[in-house]
Amino acid sequence: MEDKLGTDSALIQEEYQYGFVTQVDEDRIPKGLNEETIRLISAKKGEPEWMTEWRLKAFRWWQKKSEPRWALLNYPEIDYQDICYYSAPKKMTDRFKNEDGEIDPEVRKTFERLGIPIDEQHRMEGVAVDAVFDSVSVATTHREMLKDMGIIFCSISEAIRDYPDLVRKYLGTVVPQTDNYFASLNSAVFTDGSFVFVPKGVRCPVELSTYFRINSQDTGQFERTLIIAEEGAYVSYLEGCTAPMRDTNQLHAAVVELIALDDAQIKYATIQNWYAGDAEGKGGIYNFVTKRGHCRGKRSKISWTQVEAGAAITWKYPSCILQGDHSVGEFYSVAVTNDRMQADTGTKMIHIGNHTRSTIVSKGISAGHSANTYRGLVQVLPDAVGCRNYSACDSMLVGATCTANTVPYIQAENSTAIIEHEATTSKISEDQLFYLRSRGIDEESAISLVVNGFCKEVFKQLPMEFAVEATKLLELKLEGSIG
Amino acid sequence: MSSYFEINELKAEIEGKPILNGLSLTVAKGETHALMGPNGSGKSTLANVIMGHPAYEVTGGEILFEGENILELDPEERARKGLFLAFQYPVAVPGVTVASFLKHAHDAVYGEKKLKAAEFLKQLRADMDFVGVDQTFLNRYLNDGFSGGEKKRMEILQMLTLRPRMAVMDETDSGLDIDALKVVSMGVNKLVGAEFGLLVITHYERILRYIHPDHLHVLIDGKVAFSGGPELVKRLEEEGYDWVRNEFGKEALMA
Ligand SMILES: Nc1ncnc2c1ncn2[C@@H]1O[C@H](COP(=O)(O)OP(=O)(O)OP(=O)(O)O)[C@@H](O)[C@H]1O
Ligand SMILES: [Mg+2]
Repeated sequence: MEDKLGTDSALIQEEYQYGFVTQVDEDRIPKGLNEETIRLISAKKGEPEWMTEWRLKAFRWWQKKSEPRWALLNYPEIDYQDICYYSAPKKMTDRFKNEDGEIDPEVRKTFERLGIPIDEQHRMEGVAVDAVFDSVSVATTHREMLKDMGIIFCSISEAIRDYPDLVRKYLGTVVPQTDNYFASLNSAVFTDGSFVFVPKGVRCPVELSTYFRINSQDTGQFERTLIIAEEGAYVSYLEGCTAPMRDTNQLHAAVVELIALDDAQIKYATIQNWYAGDAEGKGGIYNFVTKRGHCRGKRSKISWTQVEAGAAITWKYPSCILQGDHSVGEFYSVAVTNDRMQADTGTKMIHIGNHTRSTIVSKGISAGHSANTYRGLVQVLPDAVGCRNYSACDSMLVGATCTANTVPYIQAENSTAIIEHEATTSKISEDQLFYLRSRGIDEESAISLVVNGFCKEVFKQLPMEFAVEATKLLELKLEGSIG
Repeated sequence: MSSYFEINELKAEIEGKPILNGLSLTVAKGETHALMGPNGSGKSTLANVIMGHPAYEVTGGEILFEGENILELDPEERARKGLFLAFQYPVAVPGVTVASFLKHAHDAVYGEKKLKAAEFLKQLRADMDFVGVDQTFLNRYLNDGFSGGEKKRMEILQMLTLRPRMAVMDETDSGLDIDALKVVSMGVNKLVGAEFGLLVITHYERILRYIHPDHLHVLIDGKVAFSGGPELVKRLEEEGYDWVRNEFGKEALMA
C-alpha cells in the first residue's frame, strides 16, 4: 500500500479565516522612502525633534546597507520604494489630539470579527488589549486600572508624546538603530506599537496583549514595542497578528525591545498568523522581525514563547542578552510551515553575566513544500563563570516534499560553561497515527493530536486561553483533504 | 450459522515479503478463539492487517465482519464498526494525555453528543479502578514512560472504554504478573458475551485459564496449520510446535 503521508501537499491544506479586507477611508502617504517620508511620518505623529532625528540617523545608516541574505530563505528582491510607509483609517488620525475620539466603526467591526474586544465594555477578563490597525494603535483597554498601579500600557506614539523621558531613556538601548538592516528600517519608519512600563515592585495583574492587523494594500507594517520592567516587577505580554489575503507580498518589519532590571520578569508570547500566501506561494507577508530582551539586572528573567504559524517568509530570532548575574533567558518556539512557506527562526542567548542560565525548546513542523529552519546561537563570553544552557530542537516532517534544518551555533568561551544540545528530526510516526486511528480517530485528527502533543512543552508556556487558541490554530493549519 | 467474523484465504506482505499465506479463520458471535504459533509466524501481522495498518499490503483474500468486507475500510472506520486491537507493543504518544485521548476516541466511535464529559469521566474512573490503573494516569501522556504491564492495562482500559464487538488481543498476557493477568482477564470477561467475538493471541496456557477459548488455532508460516478444542493447549505447552509441524506441517506447507 502506498504510504499516504508520502503523497505530499494535498494532505495538508490550511484555510485562512482572517483574510478579509476592511473598507475604510485611509490617510495614506505616497509610496516611497526618503528623508521627506520620515519627516512626514514623524510630523503626522506629532513627534518632538529628537525623535525625528533619531529616525533619520537610522535611515542614513540603512541607506548604506544591503539586505542580509544569509538565512535559508528564498524570495525576490524587495523594492523599498514601492511600499507605502504610513496608512491609517482617516477617522483615526486625530485620535491622539482628542481624548474622546471615536473609533472608526469599520475598524471596530474588524476587531470584533477577529475576536479582539477593543472596548472597555467588552474587554476580556484578565487581559488588557491594545489593537493596532495598519499604522496606528486604535484602542487600549484596562487603562485606568493599570494606571492606578503605576503601570503604563499605551501605544508607542502616545508614549513618545506623554512619557518622552522614559522612551528616550530606553528606546534603542537593546536594539540600536544600527543593529541590522530590518531593525534600522523599522527605526526609521516605525508607525506604532506598544509601550509597557511596570514600575519597581509591581506585578502586573492582567495579561497585556497587542493585536496587530495589516489591512491596507502595499503597506508595510513597522511596529515598535518597548517593554520595561523595573526592579522586582513582573509582566506577561502577548501579541497576535493577522492580515488579509492578497496576492502581492507585504512587508512587516517589527522591532521589540524588552528590558528587565534586577529581579524583574518579562514573559513575552507571540501567536503569529499573518497571511502566508496561497498554496502556490503567491502573496503573503514577509516577516522580518528583530526581538531582543535585555536581562539588565541581577536575577532577572525573560521568556520568549512564540507560535509562528503564518507569513510567507519568517526571519526572526528573539534573543536574550543575559547581562545581570544569575539572570535567566528562555525561548520556547513552535514554527509550523506549510505549502510554500519558509521560516528561518530561532534565538540567541548571550551569556555575559556569571551564573546565567538559558533554555531553548524549539519545535519545527513542516508540511507541504515548505522549508523550516531553526537557527540558534548560544554564546558564553570569556569571563562569564558558571553559565548553563540547555537546548532541545526537534523537527517533525509531515509529508515528503518539505524540508527541515537545524543550525545551532555554540560559542562557549569560558570553560565552566555547561551546554547541552539535543536535536532530532523525524517524520510524523506512522505507528502513532495508526494507533490513534485504530481507536476510531480519523487521520486528520490523529495528525493534529500527534503534532499538538509534539508542541505541548511550548504550549504549556502560554497563558491558558492562548494555549487553546494556539492548539486550534495548529489544527486549522493541519486541516485539509487527504491525498 | 451466519458468520460473524470471517477471514478467508488472506494473503498479506510487508515490504514485498509475504507473511500471511492464505489464512482462514472464523469466529462466530459469542465465541472466544485462541491463536498460538511460533515467533515470526505472522500473528501480529494478522492483527495489524485486521485493523488496517497501512504498512501491510493485502494481496489476496478477504476479511468479513458481519458480512461486510472490511479490507477497503480505513482503520478508524473499522474501529467505528466495533473492531478493536489490543496491541502487542502499544506506542507512546507524547504530549497527548490519556484522558484527552480516551475522550477523543470515545467521541469518534460513539459521537460527541452521546456522553457528557462528566458522565464519561465517571465511567472512565470506574473502569480504571476495575483494571487497576491509577487515576493519576489520566493526566499522563499516553503510554509515555509506562511500564510493560501498565501499557497492557491501558490497552484493556481502552477496550472497556470503546466496548468493541470484536476484539483481537495480541499477547496482552505477555509480561504481566499473576495479579495483573487476573485483573486484565476480568476486564476482558466483562465484555465477553453473546454479542462479542474475541481472538486471543498468546504464547501461554495460563491466560486461557481465565479467558476460556472455544477453539484454538495454531499459526505456522502464515497459515492456520491446525485447529482444535481448548484441550490441546496443554499438549502444545508440553511438546512445543514441532509436534504440530510434524503432524500437520507437511500438509500445511504444501499449498
Ligand atoms: N515492518 C516490518 N518490516 C519487515 N518485516 C516485518 C515487519 N513486520 C513484521 N515483519 C516480519 O514478518 C514476520 C511475522 O512477524 P509477526 O510480528 O507477525 O510475528 P508474530 O507471530 O507476531 O511473532 P511473535 O510471536 O514474536 O510476536 C516476521 O518475520 C517479521 O520479521
Ligand atoms: Mg507478535
